[in-house]
Amino acid sequence: MEAVFFYLFAAATLLCGFLVIANPVSRNPVTSAMFLVLTIVSLAGLFVLLHAFFLAAVQILVYAGAVMVLFLFVIMLLDLQAEERRSFKKLALAGGGLAVVVIALLARAAVRESPLGTAAPPMVEGSPRALGKLLFTEYLLPFEILSVLLLVAMVGVILLSRKEAK
Amino acid sequence: MTPGLEHYLVVSLLLFALGLLGVIIRRNLLVIYMSVEMMLNAANLALVAFSRFNNNLNGQVMVFFIITVAAAEVAVGLALIVALYRQRQSAHVEDLATMKL
Repeated sequence: MEAVFFYLFAAATLLCGFLVIANPVSRNPVTSAMFLVLTIVSLAGLFVLLHAFFLAAVQILVYAGAVMVLFLFVIMLLDLQAEERRSFKKLALAGGGLAVVVIALLARAAVRESPLGTAAPPMVEGSPRALGKLLFTEYLLPFEILSVLLLVAMVGVILLSRKEAK
Repeated sequence: MTPGLEHYLVVSLLLFALGLLGVIIRRNLLVIYMSVEMMLNAANLALVAFSRFNNNLNGQVMVFFIITVAAAEVAVGLALIVALYRQRQSAHVEDLATMKL
């Protein structure tokens, strides 16, 4: 049963991820954004299969909710006409293929070098209680620094998007 | 047969490769930015899988931080893109070649 869901979510993730970057029907950024939402939701399904329940909820709330709404707002603000239908550049395609091959080789070498940690049967549960305990004890300082980072980002965004008064 | 760590790592690797391909072949700044987000998500999946199969919750806390930083990064990046669009009336990387020799 778990395997069925795994293959379902994995296939959905990869298919939607492919449609984000190279949709054969439409080059419109809005279509890409919608397929990115689907990718993120399928990834949240994979998180649930990994028993990371809290992270799955946060993933949907933050990514599919906040971040993608921001993306759509900016797409509408910029009023982009659909990218004209031209084929991808040969050089870019070759470079991209080469980069992917290099990454695959690196990953294979890394997996060969160090054995995967499958020794113990998986027990860890990503419940809000366990995560919160860790977050507010061991990771308290990074947590507080993160709140400062969010404040800095907010101030920076307001400064950047303000109209120049002349 | 339940999927093991290597299954999740393969999915994560493929998603990362797709994101990288998108960054290289697409010319629209916003779509490039979405591909970067996809690469971040692939890394998150790998971290959660390692966390689960190594019985260690620290990986999930790391993913929590990554999601927060990514949200802040998206806000700043999109503000930069909007500012750039105001200057150039374009969001295509080919039109942004001022620093090219």
